[in-house]
Amino acid sequence: MAVIGSGVLRGMVVTLRTFAETYLWGRAVLRALRVPPVDGLVTIQYPDEKQQHAERFRYFPFLVYDQTPDNLRCVACKICEQECPPACIHITMAKDAQGRPLKAHGRTFPAQFDIDVSICMSCRICVDVCPFEAIEMDNEYELSGGDRVQEMLFTKARLLKSDGYFHQIRPEEARVVDQRLAAKKAPAATTPRPPA
Amino acid sequence: MDPTTIDTAPHVERELLEVNLGPQHPSTHGVFRMQATLDGETIVKLKPVMGYLHRNHEQIGEGITYIASFPFTDRLDYFNAMSNNFGLALAIEKLGGIPVAERGEYLRAIMAELTRLVNHTAVIGFLLNDMGAFGTPLLYAFREREKILDLFEAASGSRMMCNYVRPGGVREDVPEGWLAQAKQLVDGYPRFLDEFEALLTQNEIVRQRAQRVGILPRELAISASVTGPMLRASGVNYDIRKVDGYSIYPTCSFKVPLGTVGDVYDRYYVRILEMRESVKILQQALKAVPGGPAISSKGAAISRAPRTFRPPKGDAYGRIEAPKGELGFYLVSDGSPQPYRYHIRAPSFINLTVLEDLCLGHKVGDVIIILGSVDIVLGEVDR
Amino acid sequence: MLPSAEQLKSSIEHSLPGVAITPEGAVLVVEPKDLITVCRHLKHHEPFFMDYVANVTAVDYPNEQRMDLVYHLYSMHHKHGPMTLRVKLNRARPVVASVTPLWRGAEFQEREVYDLFGVQFEGHPDLRRILMWEGFEGHPMRKDYVVEDQDAPLPHPR
Repeated sequence: MAVIGSGVLRGMVVTLRTFAETYLWGRAVLRALRVPPVDGLVTIQYPDEKQQHAERFRYFPFLVYDQTPDNLRCVACKICEQECPPACIHITMAKDAQGRPLKAHGRTFPAQFDIDVSICMSCRICVDVCPFEAIEMDNEYELSGGDRVQEMLFTKARLLKSDGYFHQIRPEEARVVDQRLAAKKAPAATTPRPPA
Repeated sequence: MDPTTIDTAPHVERELLEVNLGPQHPSTHGVFRMQATLDGETIVKLKPVMGYLHRNHEQIGEGITYIASFPFTDRLDYFNAMSNNFGLALAIEKLGGIPVAERGEYLRAIMAELTRLVNHTAVIGFLLNDMGAFGTPLLYAFREREKILDLFEAASGSRMMCNYVRPGGVREDVPEGWLAQAKQLVDGYPRFLDEFEALLTQNEIVRQRAQRVGILPRELAISASVTGPMLRASGVNYDIRKVDGYSIYPTCSFKVPLGTVGDVYDRYYVRILEMRESVKILQQALKAVPGGPAISSKGAAISRAPRTFRPPKGDAYGRIEAPKGELGFYLVSDGSPQPYRYHIRAPSFINLTVLEDLCLGHKVGDVIIILGSVDIVLGEVDR
Repeated sequence: MLPSAEQLKSSIEHSLPGVAITPEGAVLVVEPKDLITVCRHLKHHEPFFMDYVANVTAVDYPNEQRMDLVYHLYSMHHKHGPMTLRVKLNRARPVVASVTPLWRGAEFQEREVYDLFGVQFEGHPDLRRILMWEGFEGHPMRKDYVVEDQDAPLPHPR
């Protein structure tokens, strides 16, 4: 015959075990009773402690430059602007007074590259579609500001970060990106020599 | 005065009271309003009112490419992002005739089953919260859910808005060690389920509150197009993973748990049993994942250049067994890179058809837990 | 397994004289006046027994002056499907009989089609707006609906 309240009591054993697991003395008691451990305290006290994120954690994009900020990979092709689902990117190519594109390091470059933080969905589609590996995802997320337009719109200067930074935050992905860039730069080296 | 004779006493004036349950209410699972007409504490009439989270997803989808709709599907049923992506990917593959890489197929199914674990754990936690168990089962559930969300973050970069599945497979392969980590978590899951069940299944308070409340008869469930665990708790054996046999499910062996009565307790218990079956599927899938690319070459080409994908004219309806029911995507193509019509068949929306029938004659406290057992997410109801 | 569209057409036309069905690919196009007869036949008779309406939606074709209703039917009893029906309505006055008396599950879906497209369903128990608020004017998912100005401040004009 089942005791009335046995279900509730069984549940209380579970909660008591979790409670004991939270404290050192409790863990000693559980070890003595040979009870397998459960997770005790799992709360991360933000902002004093910060969660360790995986390498792929993404929040907001940034523009990559090699060596110096004026050597950015972006050529202002506007593909990311077209494909962005919420349309939060705004790019204008640098042009001279007659409307002809200007060049630096042999490539066209953007005069203006603005991304709106409050509209961006962190979906990563801009990174997936860029043919020049010029835009990548950053993992900083403490970006709150006080002003809707001044602080929530990131301009080109604020978005530019070095390739070294990219390697630092995403070593695996940076390695793959470097391989892709090297493969694009040296197609002649891979064609086999004709037989003598 | 004897309380049992109050209702039949002719000289006592009674008025029906019309109350709004919602739209802001911590236990209505989002901005959802119920206009209830009460006779004392008993429900006489109940009309659900929705549309507070209507974000016009379908019209947005008509203006952007197929791939660009994926992040928006994350936000449909925001608890189960991976499943929503999977449904849209199936529909696009049917529409455009895109082949799927085998490794991608396995990874997608693993993500879908992990999502099922995430959803059912959270729903049971919320249901118990609605019953008044002020936080304990909810936080135990969330503690396990966090582990799975960490896996999602390691694979896709985001805990909830994953945007990971693509037509042809998945966006990129999982990192080193992910499969081993997933296997460890899945092997440890039955122990968590045993502990959760010890806390809840035989609990007298849960049984008193949940049994014989909100009974959904079989015929009404079929006629009202109810799907998912709610349908199976009423005894109807209809699981799209078995019926349609999409993805890798034909090669996995698992049972479809059915309820008998169709009350809140059955809906809770069917979800626990489904989680155990999901663990079985995951163990089989994790063992059998093949090598190779994670996305087919046609899928990778579409992902990299969405505007080049122009499916032939026609329409396609792709559906999956999402954790909440049948999630279907209906796409009509006119040959351009944007869909001509993009419709989402949302399970939570349609499962709400029977809410009034379930609640009539019950008290207000029961309405809250009946809504909790229907398992709605407003992102899906309103789209 | 359900037979092909051609076989379905001949089977239904054989059982229901006076009803004309046109197959378009895998979809069966039904006349608006025949909708209830065909649906009742599909729901109650073997070998169909389509007791589950999964999806009711509409597609707007303003250039061809028509609005199509699409129904996806399945059978939970026999576990087969889908059977797709299309009903072509005149865009100027889209009226059709409601299938809610046959399948309760169409209730909310038909309300959504009424709300977003403006199709009138005769015989629906409670036809009113479901996603838009009471008093909203217009039918937003029609192709000729003009979105009102959104006056939230944006750094760049769209």
